[in-house]
Amino acid sequence: MAHEAIHTDANDPQNVTNPEHAQHHIVTPLQYTYVFATLLFFTGVTVAAAYVDLKWANPVIALAIACFKAVIVILFFMHVAYQSRLIKMTIGAGFFLFLVLVTMTMTDYISRSWGLW
Amino acid sequence: MDSTLATPHPHETVLHAEHEHVVLPQHRHHFETEEQQREAGSFGMWLFLLTEIMFFGGMFFAYLLYRNWYYPAFAVASNQLSVPLGAVNTAVLISSGFCMAIGVWAAEVRKRGVLVVMLILTTFFGLIFLGVKADEYHEKYELHHIPGSSFSTSMFVNPAAYGIKEEPLSPDMAQKTQIFFFLYFAMTGMHALHMIIGIVLLFWLTWRAHRGDFSAGYVAPIENFGLYWHFVDIVWLFLFPLLYLINRHPLH
Amino acid sequence: MSAAIGNTILSLPDQATAQIPKRNYINNEHGLLSWLLTGDHKRIAILYLISITFFFFIGGAFAGLIRLELLTPQPDLVAADTYNKFFTMHGIIMIFLFLVPSVPATLGNFLIPIMLGAKDLAFPKINLLSWYLYMIGGTLTLAALVLGGVDTGWTFTTPLSTHYLNTHVITAATAIFIAGFSSIFTGLNFIVTIHRMRCPGMTWFRMPLFVWAHYAASLLMVLGTPVLAIALVLVALERLFGIGVFDPTKGGDPLLFQHLFWFYSHPAVYIMILPGMGVISEVISTFSRKRVFGYTAVAFSSVAIALFGFFVWEHHMFIMGVSNYSALVFSLLTMLVAVPSAIKIFNWAFTLQKGSITFETPMLYAFGFMGLFTIGGLTGVFLGSLGMDIHLTETYFIVAHFHFVMVGGMLMAFLAGVHFWWPKMTGRMYPESLSKLAAVTTFIGFNLTFLPQFILGYLGMPRRYHAYPPEFQVLNVLSTAGATVLGIGYMLPMLYLAWSLKYGAIAGDNPWQATGLEWQIQSPPLTENFLETPIMDHEAYDYEWLTNKTKKEVTTVG
Repeated sequence: MAHEAIHTDANDPQNVTNPEHAQHHIVTPLQYTYVFATLLFFTGVTVAAAYVDLKWANPVIALAIACFKAVIVILFFMHVAYQSRLIKMTIGAGFFLFLVLVTMTMTDYISRSWGLW
Repeated sequence: MDSTLATPHPHETVLHAEHEHVVLPQHRHHFETEEQQREAGSFGMWLFLLTEIMFFGGMFFAYLLYRNWYYPAFAVASNQLSVPLGAVNTAVLISSGFCMAIGVWAAEVRKRGVLVVMLILTTFFGLIFLGVKADEYHEKYELHHIPGSSFSTSMFVNPAAYGIKEEPLSPDMAQKTQIFFFLYFAMTGMHALHMIIGIVLLFWLTWRAHRGDFSAGYVAPIENFGLYWHFVDIVWLFLFPLLYLINRHPLH
Repeated sequence: MSAAIGNTILSLPDQATAQIPKRNYINNEHGLLSWLLTGDHKRIAILYLISITFFFFIGGAFAGLIRLELLTPQPDLVAADTYNKFFTMHGIIMIFLFLVPSVPATLGNFLIPIMLGAKDLAFPKINLLSWYLYMIGGTLTLAALVLGGVDTGWTFTTPLSTHYLNTHVITAATAIFIAGFSSIFTGLNFIVTIHRMRCPGMTWFRMPLFVWAHYAASLLMVLGTPVLAIALVLVALERLFGIGVFDPTKGGDPLLFQHLFWFYSHPAVYIMILPGMGVISEVISTFSRKRVFGYTAVAFSSVAIALFGFFVWEHHMFIMGVSNYSALVFSLLTMLVAVPSAIKIFNWAFTLQKGSITFETPMLYAFGFMGLFTIGGLTGVFLGSLGMDIHLTETYFIVAHFHFVMVGGMLMAFLAGVHFWWPKMTGRMYPESLSKLAAVTTFIGFNLTFLPQFILGYLGMPRRYHAYPPEFQVLNVLSTAGATVLGIGYMLPMLYLAWSLKYGAIAGDNPWQATGLEWQIQSPPLTENFLETPIMDHEAYDYEWLTNKTKKEVTTVG
């Protein structure tokens, strides 16, 4: 009970976690549970999909599911859905630069044998 | 000479009156407000995770390259990994991450007991993950699938002799399974190293949480550690399909 | 008091009455431990300054030995493999232990919080940790040296580093790995500080260009360095366990290492040069009494250099067997980087136009920077062109090119910055005429050392050999003679700056009449920098604001 009293006290200046003081969004356990269930469900889907022969679509589906899972972990477990644009851009920059590394290096590997026929 | 640049803000006195509160012990002198400190902390943590993305990124790129070059070797070698163990481990790690998330919530709403229990559960699931991983590594050791001088390709050149239903690989291509296993050990090993560091930190955080450090409004260390732990989860979410599920329908 | 003596803006307080402020960051606490355990960004900057100077002179000693060996065509001073160890140690020490941390970790550390009106960097403990990591990295490098050296070249090129050499590659790689984390933490600290610790009124476009340049360099440190880290980890694993990831006999690709290595190491040259460009912006503005021409363009060109820097790395590998088509793309992209660099040079030139230019030591170094960096940058365009690159790469032309950028550019900028902020850091002036002599000596010595190397390289003298055909001797003798002059040029500041710590004139708060926030506080500053949080109510480089402020002070005192 005592805990309840403290955390609902919006006037408590020491309460940095109270939303009025710091615009600090608290994700509820229920939301976490939904995310948890989704993650477990898609883990099952990704395993099941791997045993079906879908030709080129197999790795695409596996990666798409992994990306989806990563996104919901980032958005909810890591609170990014409620964070400032700065944080969102920071994460975007990281993945963008990883893609730069991949695509720009791939320009070499893909075209290395061109013109050698 | 006085070293101020300009006159103090006219509202400063008013602001001071409003914020007339005892400075928390964790508040560092060089931050104007606790909010500034907390935001700086979480932004710093995100930047650190950015470096982690690029660190793992180098290995992910090596994986992408060699998987495309040596697809048959990668597919066959990947099938030597155990999907049940991998899938269970994924679930275990997700559970660990879930407990961590609940732990963050508990700290935010100042429930000390819940927080401590959740941190212990996070550690527990993390240790299970590492245990399963160690078992998988041990199996690879027994099969001589650890890259290096004792690496053996016989299982891939002549799968029938081992009772494995796979196309046999040419000796040349079979050599390339070593690259798959190297990447497997490097990537999961680096991931496991991050988990071990995380678990050491968890012990320390659990002790501090038990002492009550994080149930009075100061939640930054828990939140920032949570970010780290979830990041480690995310790496695994990619590693699992990429390493375990390359081609699970051979000979179709 | 403000009457100009000769053609200078220098204005010192009356030496008979002036005193160093009683309370400042230097005498705030006493004892060695108070320095080794400090969280104060200014003290950490001083720790860095001492340690990078130490490593600079070690790296410089190797440069001296290299030049001495090349005095004669015959291999008479050292054997071939010893020579390889010399240039490797020279490269590793100068790049990872001097150039990368030089301006950011010393001047940046000292000034960025003050320029932003903050009390400290966002994470003082991580700042200190970064210095300790640097020292561990430095110690390991010295260990590799003492144990017998490394001879891979600073690039650790595979398969040479993984299969053919039996020297202390792993020790050196570990050293660089650790020093890399030191750099990551510095960059991380700067980014968070710049985003989160600015004082009221300090908008992005009121920040000094020094801060913008450091912001761009920090992005590169944070995003690039981990890729180097993983590349070095893979080299170490390849050496230790023969895992085959870079070994063609096992199906690996040695070029993959170079891709990963240069993905960091090309942006790393911008990590090295961008902070120097920040210094030059401050110096040029102060000594021509004008706002930097095209402030926004200069600010964005820093960020553009950082961004483009990630798209050009393959130009280090044109002759290594990469795809021709890919090389074409990277060659084209390389030209892009020339644009923001040129924007900076042109804007500095326009800042000088119709400015009241004075020629104090920092300005002399800045002029040196502008000329030498332009030559270095333009020869970079030669090297970025595919056809030219085949002729010039791996010759002394490339050695001269990057020394023009790194030594002629960054080292000049570093010295400009050290002289410019020396009165702020120590409270005392350096001896002006001696320092002008040092600046001129450095410039002459530098050109004598490296201009002949352009010719040598164009004539086809390959780099990294300890012997050469006799017809190259004249130019090599010139280069070695220049290196001697250059060495003197670097020894001089070391000596007179140390001298000035005790005997230099008291500098006062703002000897240069500069506008930056750092000049509005006492020198040396208080531990907490500002008595009250400052409020920024004017643009950067606003000399009218400064004049008004000074006027007001005079009337209130009088």
